[in-house]
Amino acid sequence: MNQDIRAFFQKNNVLEVETPAVSQCANTDPNIESFELHTQGEARYLHTSPEYPMKRLLALYSQDIYQIAKVWRAGEVGSRHNPEFTLLEWYRVGFDYHQLMQEVGALLQCLIPALTQSSIQKSYQQVFLETLDINPHSATNELLADCIEQQQLDISGVLDRSAMLDLLMTHCIEPTFRTDCLTFIYDYPVQQSALACVREDDPPVAERFEVYIGMLELGNGYQELREPDKNRQVLEQENITRQQRGQKTMPLDDRFLAAMEQGIPHCSGVAIGLDRVLMARLGKKSIQDVISFPWGVA
Amino acid sequence: MATYNTNEFKAGLKLIINGDPYSIVENDFVKPGKGQAFNRTKIKNLKTGRVIDKTWKSGETVEAADVTDVEMDYLYNDGEFWYFMDPVSYEQLPASASAVGDTKNWLKEQESYEITLWDGAPLLVTPPNFVELKIAQCDPGVRGDTAQGATKPATLDTGAVIKVPLFIEESDMLKIDTRTGEYVSRVKV
Repeated sequence: MNQDIRAFFQKNNVLEVETPAVSQCANTDPNIESFELHTQGEARYLHTSPEYPMKRLLALYSQDIYQIAKVWRAGEVGSRHNPEFTLLEWYRVGFDYHQLMQEVGALLQCLIPALTQSSIQKSYQQVFLETLDINPHSATNELLADCIEQQQLDISGVLDRSAMLDLLMTHCIEPTFRTDCLTFIYDYPVQQSALACVREDDPPVAERFEVYIGMLELGNGYQELREPDKNRQVLEQENITRQQRGQKTMPLDDRFLAAMEQGIPHCSGVAIGLDRVLMARLGKKSIQDVISFPWGVA
Repeated sequence: MATYNTNEFKAGLKLIINGDPYSIVENDFVKPGKGQAFNRTKIKNLKTGRVIDKTWKSGETVEAADVTDVEMDYLYNDGEFWYFMDPVSYEQLPASASAVGDTKNWLKEQESYEITLWDGAPLLVTPPNFVELKIAQCDPGVRGDTAQGATKPATLDTGAVIKVPLFIEESDMLKIDTRTGEYVSRVKV
């Protein structure tokens, strides 16, 4: 599989790069926990994705790049999760995110034999309207809560708006996706934009996409947010949310933010979970079956 | 009060939900990309046997159920309770009719049964996979009588009625599969 991936990028003139897995800084996303390393009185973190250093490379060299890297996310174990897993992440200078979706489709089509039909592409709004008859951007929180009840989802825990949308997406919408083709969902709610550009439409949406085969989420991509102050704002807000939730705040990656000040070209980037692609390629139901020694026996 | 965090969830874990003891049948970790993580489970109510779907926001805590399984020997019943004894401590515990349930068809003195205890009281009695029981009553088999597919009904001394081959006679000792309620073989006493 890796040979096929390298051949694809070779053909498309995308350069393979390697960036450090260990950093003094960490991901501020409140829904992701980084592994912390302690050595000689200093704390460092295992990366949850190579995004920050790859963007530093983009600022320096303005070139199409890809990386196949091990990444680590604490506390994520299950039939589709292993705390240590492999990401394929790449950036295309001058591509908009729809162009990148096409390229993702082309790559996955050649890696997964089960994809016999052409991809389906739907906006986040469209898929909510079609499956649940509800507008995810304009529906009130009460309406979302009613929808959850109507769908007879027995849920324990207090959910904010984003979590309610995640619940409906994972429990009601993802199960409708076909397994013989890729499903691309694009234009996410602004509260779930992370470092993607926000398009000021009515309603404003995040220029972000995800790609699935059936219910299995394979990847996440964006039109990369270029403004340095907006990048800083996103990261600082994430740390505030962490604090509010009683989570430890993470050291902001100032070198990444400095690179954003230098400027990165107009580009789109995507990260694909290769263990899951391997699952789809081999028809395996669990990630534990494609990892040589999963977390419990490593 | 002991609790479990969702990150400890696995099949077989015992929880208290709305006052009832449950056992986790399936636990699936669900996380949309960069979003809220959930534990999507199938849980079985240990009192009613009903299995339901329940989702937890990851990080939630749930009350742990003080549910354990112990091996105990069946002694006797007085119509109201069925009495079991721990073979090591000689402690006796009464199990109600609802805890015994269908296992009353397979009860034999001195035989060992799995008792599920909730807060120290019997909640469920599970028989071993196979048990040897004696026939209390059955009609003699008549050669050539294959009208009912070469089996006839027989009543065991527990009162249970099962289908047996025609050559089986009263007072025979039979090996029964308690999971299916079916005759397996005749046992030489």
